[in-house]
Amino acid sequence: MPDSQHEKRFQERIDAEQKVEPRDWMPDDYRKMLVRQISQHAHSEVVGMLPEGNWITRAPSLHRKTILLAKVQDEAGHGLYLYSAAETLGISREEMIDQLLEGRAKYSSIFNYPTLTWADMGAIGWLVDGAAIINQVMLTRTSYGPYSRAMVRICKEESFHQRQGYQILMTLSKGTPEQKAMAQDALDRWWWPALMMFGPSDKDSVHSVQSMKWKIKRQGNDELRQTFIDRTVPQAEFIGLKVPDPDLKWNEKTQHYDFGKIDWEEFRNVIKGNGPCNRERLAARRKAHEDGAWVRAAALAHAEKQAKKKAA
Amino acid sequence: MESKNKNDWPLWEIFIQSKRGNDHKHVGSLHAADARMAIENARDVYTRRGEGNSIWAVRSADVHASKPEDQGAFFDPADDKIYRHPTFYPLPEGVKYM
Ligand SMILES: [Fe+2]
Ligand SMILES: [Fe+2]
Repeated sequence: MPDSQHEKRFQERIDAEQKVEPRDWMPDDYRKMLVRQISQHAHSEVVGMLPEGNWITRAPSLHRKTILLAKVQDEAGHGLYLYSAAETLGISREEMIDQLLEGRAKYSSIFNYPTLTWADMGAIGWLVDGAAIINQVMLTRTSYGPYSRAMVRICKEESFHQRQGYQILMTLSKGTPEQKAMAQDALDRWWWPALMMFGPSDKDSVHSVQSMKWKIKRQGNDELRQTFIDRTVPQAEFIGLKVPDPDLKWNEKTQHYDFGKIDWEEFRNVIKGNGPCNRERLAARRKAHEDGAWVRAAALAHAEKQAKKKAA
Repeated sequence: MESKNKNDWPLWEIFIQSKRGNDHKHVGSLHAADARMAIENARDVYTRRGEGNSIWAVRSADVHASKPEDQGAFFDPADDKIYRHPTFYPLPEGVKYM
């Protein structure tokens, strides 16, 4: 069958809401787009453990510490689900890890911001996981089967992440004036980077049109961002915190919040590697990978020895 | 994908039985040096919230699959055997419990 014929059949299948599975024929660019998106998503889960890992040893109580540990462990699992989904497209785990460690791969720009206080654990769970949930719920309907299944699994685990974060900020906002100020400061610092997580406006997003046609993405960046704002603003009001946007206003006509301009210059700058923590994050990942090398080699040597013994 | 680099741990497919009496269902895959590590890691990633009580790990290289290209022809025989379905046999009115 000529490729054009294959491509027509492929698009018909997508239009009929049939999932694509690993061994199906697919256009090269569909495969490439997915490998890029899923591996970036996986890297984000893994690098995303670092800002929160920063507070595990300094959590204010054993209770909070066990919760944070469980949350970070979930993120490691999310990384695994996603790397596995990407591997079904023909790229190896090693290759993806190399791309990350050599600085050739992207991950979510939000994880290049520092976690300065305990309240940041609250802001991350509430806002960062909150934004991720909106994106990931959309992706449960993505056209690639393994990616969609990974998203279903991940979404089941995410709502605990968001709630534990919100609870941290709720507790602080009911505390001393210093604690409340700490909660407000965290919201002030994380609000705009969280809005940037949805990516540039659709009119400036290079891959959006093709991605929507192939149903990799099912909703545009702007629509997802608006959903996030509409849901989150009342949650902030409920705990007495103020969203740091003077232009934020409920619009009766559209039934949505109007909001101020996002600083896309900052976004591009962080993506390019000039965020406050880009170098630190990659250095931490590299060190972890190198420190683990002897464990990987030893486990393999042990397995080979056992297998030989069994064969003999 | 099975790695070409011999220093990488092989890939395993993981199947979980959610409770006794149910089928083992495919949940995903992971890399592990041997079967024991595959099962222990599967426990840590796929059953953190009581999702299962039994785990199977199978080397991905040992899984053989039908080819999607000839899906039509391959599964064709099922289509023309309508007599395999109970609705093929209408029952006279009054006959119950069948
Ligand atoms: Fe996650
Ligand atoms: Fe999360």
